[in-house]
Amino acid sequence: MRRLAPLLLLLAAAAPVLPDYAPVRPEAPVVLPRDHGAHPAFRTEWWYVTGWLALPDGGRRGFQVTFFRTRPPVDQRNPSAFAAKQVIFAHAALSDPARGRLRHDQRIARAGFGLADAATRDTALVLDDWSLRRRRDGRFVTHVAGDGFALDLVLTPTQAAILQGRSGYSQKGPDPREASYYFSLPHLAVSGTLGEGRQRTPVTGTAWLDREWSSTLLNRRAVGWDWLGLNMDDGGALTLFRVRDGQGRPVWAGGSWRDKAGRLTILKPGDVIFSPGRPWRSPRTGTAWPVSPTITVTLPGRRLVLAVVPLFPDQELDSRRGGGPLYWEGAVSVPGGRGYLELTGYGAPLKM
Amino acid sequence: MTAGVPVTAARWMLLGEWRAHPARVVTAALAIAIGVALGFAVHLVNASALDSFERALSSVNGAADMQVRAATPAGFAEALYPRLARLPGVADISPVVELPARAAHIAPDIAGAGRGRVTLIGLDPLRAIAVTPSLVGRPGGEAGVLLSRAALDALDRRIGRRITLVAAGRSHAFTIAGVLPGASTDQAIAVIDIATAQWHFGQLGRLQRLDIRLGSDADPVAVRRAITTLLPADAILATPEADARRTDSLSRAYRVNLEMLAMVALLTGGFLVYSAQSLSVARRGPQFALLRVLGLPRRALLAQVLVEGAALGLAGSLLGIALGQALADVAVSRLGGDLGGGYFGAGTPHLGFAPGPAAVFAGIGIIVAMVSSLLPAREAAAAAPAVALKTSGALGDPRRAARLWPGAVLLALGGLAALAPPIAGLPLLGYAAMALLLAGGVATMPALVRLLLAPLRRLTGLPPALDLALKRLWGAPQQAAVALCGIVASTSLMVAMAVMVASFRGSVDDWLVAILPSDIYLHLEGAEGGGLDPAGQARLAATPGIASIAFVRQVPLRLAADRPPVLLSAQPIDRAAPGRRLLLVGTPRPVPAGETPVWVSEAMLWLYDARPGTRLMLPIGGRLQPVFVAGVWRDYARQFGAIAMADSDYVRLSGDAGKSEAAIDARPDTNIDRLIPALRRALPPGLAEQALFGQPRQMRAMALTIFDRSFAITYALEAIAIIIGLVGVAATFSAQTLARTREFGMLRHIGVSRRQIGAMLGAEGALLGLVGGLAGLALGVVMSLVLIHVVNPQSFHWTMDTRLPWGLFGTLLTALVVAAAGTALLAGRRALSGDAVRAVREDW
Repeated sequence: MRRLAPLLLLLAAAAPVLPDYAPVRPEAPVVLPRDHGAHPAFRTEWWYVTGWLALPDGGRRGFQVTFFRTRPPVDQRNPSAFAAKQVIFAHAALSDPARGRLRHDQRIARAGFGLADAATRDTALVLDDWSLRRRRDGRFVTHVAGDGFALDLVLTPTQAAILQGRSGYSQKGPDPREASYYFSLPHLAVSGTLGEGRQRTPVTGTAWLDREWSSTLLNRRAVGWDWLGLNMDDGGALTLFRVRDGQGRPVWAGGSWRDKAGRLTILKPGDVIFSPGRPWRSPRTGTAWPVSPTITVTLPGRRLVLAVVPLFPDQELDSRRGGGPLYWEGAVSVPGGRGYLELTGYGAPLKM
Repeated sequence: MTAGVPVTAARWMLLGEWRAHPARVVTAALAIAIGVALGFAVHLVNASALDSFERALSSVNGAADMQVRAATPAGFAEALYPRLARLPGVADISPVVELPARAAHIAPDIAGAGRGRVTLIGLDPLRAIAVTPSLVGRPGGEAGVLLSRAALDALDRRIGRRITLVAAGRSHAFTIAGVLPGASTDQAIAVIDIATAQWHFGQLGRLQRLDIRLGSDADPVAVRRAITTLLPADAILATPEADARRTDSLSRAYRVNLEMLAMVALLTGGFLVYSAQSLSVARRGPQFALLRVLGLPRRALLAQVLVEGAALGLAGSLLGIALGQALADVAVSRLGGDLGGGYFGAGTPHLGFAPGPAAVFAGIGIIVAMVSSLLPAREAAAAAPAVALKTSGALGDPRRAARLWPGAVLLALGGLAALAPPIAGLPLLGYAAMALLLAGGVATMPALVRLLLAPLRRLTGLPPALDLALKRLWGAPQQAAVALCGIVASTSLMVAMAVMVASFRGSVDDWLVAILPSDIYLHLEGAEGGGLDPAGQARLAATPGIASIAFVRQVPLRLAADRPPVLLSAQPIDRAAPGRRLLLVGTPRPVPAGETPVWVSEAMLWLYDARPGTRLMLPIGGRLQPVFVAGVWRDYARQFGAIAMADSDYVRLSGDAGKSEAAIDARPDTNIDRLIPALRRALPPGLAEQALFGQPRQMRAMALTIFDRSFAITYALEAIAIIIGLVGVAATFSAQTLARTREFGMLRHIGVSRRQIGAMLGAEGALLGLVGGLAGLALGVVMSLVLIHVVNPQSFHWTMDTRLPWGLFGTLLTALVVAAAGTALLAGRRALSGDAVRAVREDW
């Protein structure tokens, strides 16, 4: 053993010091406005803006602006300013029914040098020329510009945030450790400019911001998840998520329903039924996406059945060339409401 | 006469002549073929080598639109990166750490020619993918390294294995995660994560490169201007154009020199065509006269001879192109792309057929053949038909002295051209001077023959054979001159090259002795970014058995984007006596108070106009520092410039106390073979793997081997020129002798024996060889002066002391005399084998 000791010391010196990811604990609730900022101690985090835009000519567009922060397992001792201790990436997409396909673009960079950053004090995300910031008056401003489109939007909250799960502790699997911190800002009033090609158009609309961060999100059996966020015309907001296994069975499900009066119902796994309906098969990837599911939600005293209709079927987003996932993220509507549906892990299991 | 008749006549004459003397035609065509082949082959090899070198360079650089590069291996501060990233027009920017490195498992070896060396590149794949995708492979993570195929092969490692890389004085182990798919196959590159590179190789806060991709609508000029205003003193902006110029300037002079040598071979071939054509014209005098009498105009006769020359040239050129392609293939596979010159590293270039250059070289071959036929053609056209109808052979009047002035004018012009400055950095007028001198020398030959033979002619009591030979040469100087052209041309070129190479080699040898006075030399490979720190220096100096140790810091400095870096060498120089460490040229200047003196190599004079007494701005320690040029020293190692500075000054300006080399003197009683391992043990780990120890004798031998290798192709080209020259002599002799059948018959009739005629021919040959050799020698020495004092300084920026290889001269002269006499004898035997009586009758 004495001869082994120096060797072990050597190994200890050579082995990287990997990050110690912070756990999601039910007893520590989400506190606003503190938690608008980034949480770099956790493995992964996102700012997910989706919404519908109305153009002066009566045209409609769906849009998505998403910023992700991830903490890769790199040696924490590396003093280099280039060490990939935090990586920021972002996706933006525009759904134009006349075009029938998404325009989308992405950015990715290691945090650092002020070129890519996720501030901790408040929402302040910078990724080269893209940004998402929360102003002092509580409004969010974002700028993204990509392949043939650009969005310059101001998002004004009109309702209080929904703390999902138990005060923001949102369980995502049978094990209580499979969880995230999660809150949503529905019914964001949108104003700003949409650029398409060389054309700049003023737009208005309604959007939704999802904020989520975690270190241990998914169950090992999970291959993907479905998410739906609906702004109801009467001011209500429905959030649904469902984690699936390889056979398409739910591993976990949940969400919330806040009615027009502001009463919040947290949904348990048994309260959510997701019937896939007729799938749309992508001509590019061959993946069958259940783009028009029927949702059944059990609320206290009543049952809500919603037939989801996509703005158009082909809202598939393939970011695999840039190292991202293949997913479907589209503008959808239900009778009396509009929102976004996200489908992941249908082509290949989602890795998080 | 219808138009068809001359054409038919021309064809008959051409084919008839060729059928009658196939050997002569073949030799002349072969001479052109060899010249064209050499020119074409050298061009192909050069072009492909340059091409592969450029591909290798762009493979390391990954083909960015623009690049900011560090002026020194210490790099620039990384804060520049975000500042440039925010500039409008800069679409993507990729920060890079770039270090010379080596694999620890391959021990450095003086003779190993860089085995184990790799270019270590640290980058952020997320940034690089948009700018230099060829440098991004499958992610290797922090502990992984991606190797180019060439590095994988050269380092003898497989994917998944561990490899320890040493750079900037530190070492770190990596797992080989994969191959760089996009990198050039002949460049040893290792790509790791930029953060790992900064952390483990002592580069925290520093970058060596920023690769930039411009937006599609950006104005490159505006972006360049914006970047330039933001650059610190230790960074410069490079563009692909500047890179190309730099690549080109690296080896341009060498390549141009080789192509010129190949052209010399072609020129010598031209003399052969000239001699073949003039003999053929002389012999066919009566034929031509008959045609003239039958009504063929002068112009048609001129055209006839020119067409013959062109046909010869065409045949020779076509053969030459095929030969050249084959030759280039062999040369590239045997000698490498630089033909042994050491300019292009280890890469193997790929040859393809190049129709453009092939056409050019074939065209040159045809033109040379036609120009060589021009003089004989004019002679044939000018001959008076009535006289020519009856006589064949030389038409000159033996009493008329040959004119000296055309040759003298050419020689004078050559002398003037040698005084001219370089054009576009190339000694083009120097080469023109050589060509003029050659032409002038050849043109003065007829007059010179008489001049040289005049003292011999007055001798009496000579054996009849020698007397006859003398009289003959005296009487037919034009014909003798034809034979002499080849000898003089090839001898003078050979002598010029030989004197230059001998002078160069001798000067290099002297220089090596002067710069290697110590017992042991230590060089740390890839230590440009780090080096041996003061503690390490003290430990090394404390090794038992050392009498004294002098440390040197060598740092490449990039002074201009379109030129290769110059080497700054900080050494313990005594300001008062710099000559103790440097081989000074001229006397050094006193250093004004408050100035930092530097001593520059000769190349700095040419390339940066760094004359003594002027000031240079050097990027040292992150700032541009003014230094005073106090003197010039001789350096054959760095063609692109070297600057010597006192080490105390360097440390003061840069704050860098690390050292990259050391010169060690051992105590008299110390065994040097045992001291070297002790020194290696005294080095800190990481550096020990990079340490190269050398002893002067071995280093000198190696340097001279490299020297000889780089001149090997020169020797080969020279030898070919000489052989063409000798073949020319042989062909001329045999032709002349055959044409003189009647003369021999005549001599036999008046009682001269066969043996005596043989002796006469031998003497003629020997005399011609002697005269040609002496003239060639003299001309060659003059031309060598042009090579030494004009061509070399202008292309390679160094001077040398002239040395004459007398032994070689003696051998050359003897060989020439013997070869000339021998071929004359052989030719004579054939001519004499016929019946003398019939030979005479044939005539009258």
